[in-house]
Amino acid sequence: MESLDALTLARIQFAFTVSAHIIFPAFSIGLASFLAVLNGLYLSTGRAVFLDLFNYWKKIFAVAFSMGVVSGIVMSYQFGTNWSVFSDKVGPVIGPLMGYEVLSAFFLEAGFLGVMLFGRERVGPRLHFLATLMVALGTFMSAFWILAVNSWMQTPAGYGMNDVGQFIVTDWWSVIFNPSFPYRLVHMVLAAYLTTAFVVGAVGALHLLRNRAQPAARIMFSMAMWMAAIVAPIQIMAGDFHGLNTLEYQPAKLAAMEGHFETHAGAPLILFGIPNAAEGRIDYRVQIPNLGAFILTHDWNGVVRGLNEFPPDQRPPVGIVFWSFRIMVGIGFLMLGIGIWSLWLRYRRALYDAPWLHRAAIVMGPSGFAAVLAGWITTEVGRQPWTVQGLLTTAQSASPIDAAAVGASLIAFVVVYFALFGAGTFYILRLMNQPAHGHEPGLPAEQPIRAGGIMPGPVMAAKNALPVAE
Amino acid sequence: MTLDLPLIWAGLIAFAVLAYVVLDGFDLGVGILFPLIRGEPHRDEAMNSVAPVWDGNETWLVLGGGGLLAVFPLAYAIIMSALYVPIIVMLLALVFRGVAFEFRWKTQRGKFLWDWSFAAGSTLAAFAQGVALGALVQGIPVANRAYAGGWWDWLTPFSILTGFALVIGYALLGATWLIWKTEGHVQRRAYDIAFWVAPATLLLIGVVSLWTPFLSGPYMARWFAWPQVLLVAVVPLAVLGAGFLLIRGLTERREIAPFLASLLLFVLCFIGLGISFFPHLVPNSVTIWEAAAPDNSLSFLLVGGVVLIPIILAYTAYAYWVFRGKVNAAGGYH
Repeated sequence: MESLDALTLARIQFAFTVSAHIIFPAFSIGLASFLAVLNGLYLSTGRAVFLDLFNYWKKIFAVAFSMGVVSGIVMSYQFGTNWSVFSDKVGPVIGPLMGYEVLSAFFLEAGFLGVMLFGRERVGPRLHFLATLMVALGTFMSAFWILAVNSWMQTPAGYGMNDVGQFIVTDWWSVIFNPSFPYRLVHMVLAAYLTTAFVVGAVGALHLLRNRAQPAARIMFSMAMWMAAIVAPIQIMAGDFHGLNTLEYQPAKLAAMEGHFETHAGAPLILFGIPNAAEGRIDYRVQIPNLGAFILTHDWNGVVRGLNEFPPDQRPPVGIVFWSFRIMVGIGFLMLGIGIWSLWLRYRRALYDAPWLHRAAIVMGPSGFAAVLAGWITTEVGRQPWTVQGLLTTAQSASPIDAAAVGASLIAFVVVYFALFGAGTFYILRLMNQPAHGHEPGLPAEQPIRAGGIMPGPVMAAKNALPVAE
Repeated sequence: MTLDLPLIWAGLIAFAVLAYVVLDGFDLGVGILFPLIRGEPHRDEAMNSVAPVWDGNETWLVLGGGGLLAVFPLAYAIIMSALYVPIIVMLLALVFRGVAFEFRWKTQRGKFLWDWSFAAGSTLAAFAQGVALGALVQGIPVANRAYAGGWWDWLTPFSILTGFALVIGYALLGATWLIWKTEGHVQRRAYDIAFWVAPATLLLIGVVSLWTPFLSGPYMARWFAWPQVLLVAVVPLAVLGAGFLLIRGLTERREIAPFLASLLLFVLCFIGLGISFFPHLVPNSVTIWEAAAPDNSLSFLLVGGVVLIPIILAYTAYAYWVFRGKVNAAGGYH
């Protein structure tokens, strides 16, 4: 423990709490949109199966959302507790963006979530659909603002400095729409959609393997496979554009991702290898000559800058970034493969009679989460040693807190998160293990139920005394 | 026309914190009282009374924290470092109680665990908030734009007292909320509890109020200097009036009056705190104007605040309206 100073512990703590948190938004951004689509399909077609699916995923959404809320509250205070110098210096720039996130996103989600979960019978189907749309809009707005903040830290723009050493804003438009923001926003929102699609697809596939005639399972699986076939290739393209943006604004990060220690013309595309930071090379590498240069510069003999162009204290750790990037890209291509496979089977009219595709879809169910985490590790570790690229180092950002305090709180977060979010994940898996049957929510009559849906006033009590089942 | 933006924002942040305290106060209070409500259906009913709104209530805490970062980054940096332990404890406790709202309905065998998680998490979160408040009131040493104390400085007899006081105060809000929103057994139980926690709350308000002026010279001057004592004396007198309304509402078995009187008590105590603090954000060291971010950060967020806060209040009120009336143990989601 002695080698762990307060800074390292604070970094581990932030990495842990933010990684635990991003899992839930990555799921709920996509799931909120999926719920809005299901609700809309039910209203436009009147088919009960869409309402069954809506109610089925609504329960899973509620559990995931509650974990997202509580882990998100932690994040809004982590800046101050462990990164107080960062907060003081950067607060005038990123604080208002996060303020907008609370005002335009969190309240929207929270205000309409109760109506969406409990209020269908109280407000009627149209207002209920509106509430579902508002929750989906809230999750998107949240992504918008938080990615503006993160992107500004990656590619700062529109700022100045005041005489007490704080960053101040000279142009809000440049701060929000900073150079990497559009790419990061598109990449993350598509990632959330893909993550959700593969979870929904895995659940659909599980129930198809048990009974391939279930209409609800067929709809889930089919919708998820359309998403895989359409969104996965778009995501790969979006990722490529994002990479070119990184090449322009954060070349050291890109060199670490690609594994280029030395600058050279006609750089290869390194597929695999073992980064050897001490010797400054990739051992055992498998590479395609000149392809790296072509992808990055659109010229077979283009020059790609290596890490040797940056002072040693301004290079990100190569090993982590090199591997996390490959994990993300690998999963992306596997997703594309599932999408193409599903298109072929759909063309052959065998989408629901393909146990091997269904098994593969189940295996790929959690892959989106792994890709999201790997992607964030790539971009965050790749920004090191900076918190604000080129302007403020991570070491300068930390709070004046004892290592013992940071270490103790880190242990507490790890224990509590694993216990509680582990239980929540178990409950979600158990819900997913049940088929989406008719008359969701299926409620045993004798079991007391959460009453939010009906809280009649005294006058209405007589009319609404019985549970309303669809 | 020049606006005093830091002052406007201090008012807005104070409003967000007050909204948080009264709104999450009653749903934390329901959690604090959970062990005193026996029988599964009755606990279901108590939890159902806050389930659709707790999430929105807690968002005010995020606005308080996020808003402080945005407009008073220096105060945010100092306060969060100084109150490190109570803040972390509060966050973890809120995780325990927040997930219980969903997890409790997902298991029969493990339900008692989530009952415990809900009650302990709510109580501990309330206690940590009270301790944090007490630690802030008693003062925070600052040097070179940073917290200059140790990580146990927050722990004093005064902050322990404010911790207990807030637990009891939230329990009062929770009990009077249950009186309003439930009927039958749970309501009778809530009346019984309120008869105990109402006088206890008043007593604790008295003790904390009398102790506070002795913590530092400026507080003493603020409250007892002539002639402004005539002006500030309105607050303790109003507290007595609200206490009277509360006790009378309970003895007359009113359903809504006790909750409203309890809210009034909290608002008055908050005004009292404001009188003690002003014009400081970190008592006796950092003022509102010293802590404020540059004006263009304040005005940028203020535009959104002016437009969005009324809208938020409107749809929050709408959500409460949708779930108006008594809770009963029938309905459909879980």
